[in-house]
Amino acid sequence: MSKFKKKSESTQEIPTAALPDIIFMLLFFFMVTTVLRETTVLVEQRIPRAEQLVKLEKKKLVTYLYIGKPKDAALGVEPLIQANDAFVSIDGIVQWVNVEKDKLSEVERDQITISLKVDNETKMGIIVDVQTELREANARKIIYAAPTKTNDN
Amino acid sequence: MARSKDKGGTEVNAGSMADIAFLLLIFFLVTTQIATNKGLTLLLPPKQEEDEPLEVKQQQRNIFKILVNSQDKILIEDDQVIDDVSEIRGMVYDFVLNFGAPGDVKRGAADVSDKETYAALTPAMRAYVNSNLGSSESSDGPSKAIVSLKADRGSSYEIFIQILDELNAAYNKIYGDRVGLTDEEFRKLKKSDPRQKALYDEARAGIPKAISIAEPTKVGG
Repeated sequence: MSKFKKKSESTQEIPTAALPDIIFMLLFFFMVTTVLRETTVLVEQRIPRAEQLVKLEKKKLVTYLYIGKPKDAALGVEPLIQANDAFVSIDGIVQWVNVEKDKLSEVERDQITISLKVDNETKMGIIVDVQTELREANARKIIYAAPTKTNDN
Repeated sequence: MARSKDKGGTEVNAGSMADIAFLLLIFFLVTTQIATNKGLTLLLPPKQEEDEPLEVKQQQRNIFKILVNSQDKILIEDDQVIDDVSEIRGMVYDFVLNFGAPGDVKRGAADVSDKETYAALTPAMRAYVNSNLGSSESSDGPSKAIVSLKADRGSSYEIFIQILDELNAAYNKIYGDRVGLTDEEFRKLKKSDPRQKALYDEARAGIPKAISIAEPTKVGG
């Protein structure tokens, strides 16, 4: 009799003691895979969307140039060029490219890709100037960074 | 009184641990920006040498001219103003595949002539070319066709990206059609996979993506 009783008495509770461990595991996964942005962007960045995007395979070769109106109103409203953490002038681009090239190994130097992240209110003038300088610096591979267009229809 | 304090179990309540962990997890989920390296690629022309002639004469019919002025108005081939950017896609598709006078000269990395390119087209594409294209006023063949995009210094970056997007769409459509894929499928081919790379090379052989960003004039618009 007592044997049967015991069975029916057992509570049907799922042990939740391991739940925090599972959540922590997920948390650590996200913490490890997250790449924190290395530079703080000092210019406005509303990048126009596009459809025909190509994904770059070698991330190591990509260097970023940010172009847009400065966030700090004291710097005016004309678009500025930001490389790494500071603003550069048009004339400083060749030197900056050479510094970035030096960071890569010898064989990869000519494959450097410049990713242009340009705000959509920027005029083409400054972009053409940047392109001329990049040609001068022999960094001919460029990519206009753009997020995927979301379909409205 | 003191007794009860000592007696009390010293176990920390771990029930809320999961909640704390969830909170952190959600924080990271929301703030994480997975870095994307997506965009429109472009290869700039090499540095201009001083003694080189500034202009290489190209026959006018082999150049598809797109002009953008400072009001973001688009002019095609010097005589057609269009309002809708998406019209460019079809125009460029027709222009590149015109085969007005395909030559025998082998060009490019794949070393194929325009005639061979034409022979390698799918029957459906050849039928399309025969019935609709082949005008003597448009490009001689894909290896000679150049799309020139000239944007005024005062035009906006947004319209430039839109046009560049359309140009890439036109080329991807051509490439995709050649190997029986849609433009989207073609775009997603992985070059690291040998089979997909072969398909990619097959599609591109003989039809270079000749998009030229011309230097804008300093005045006017």
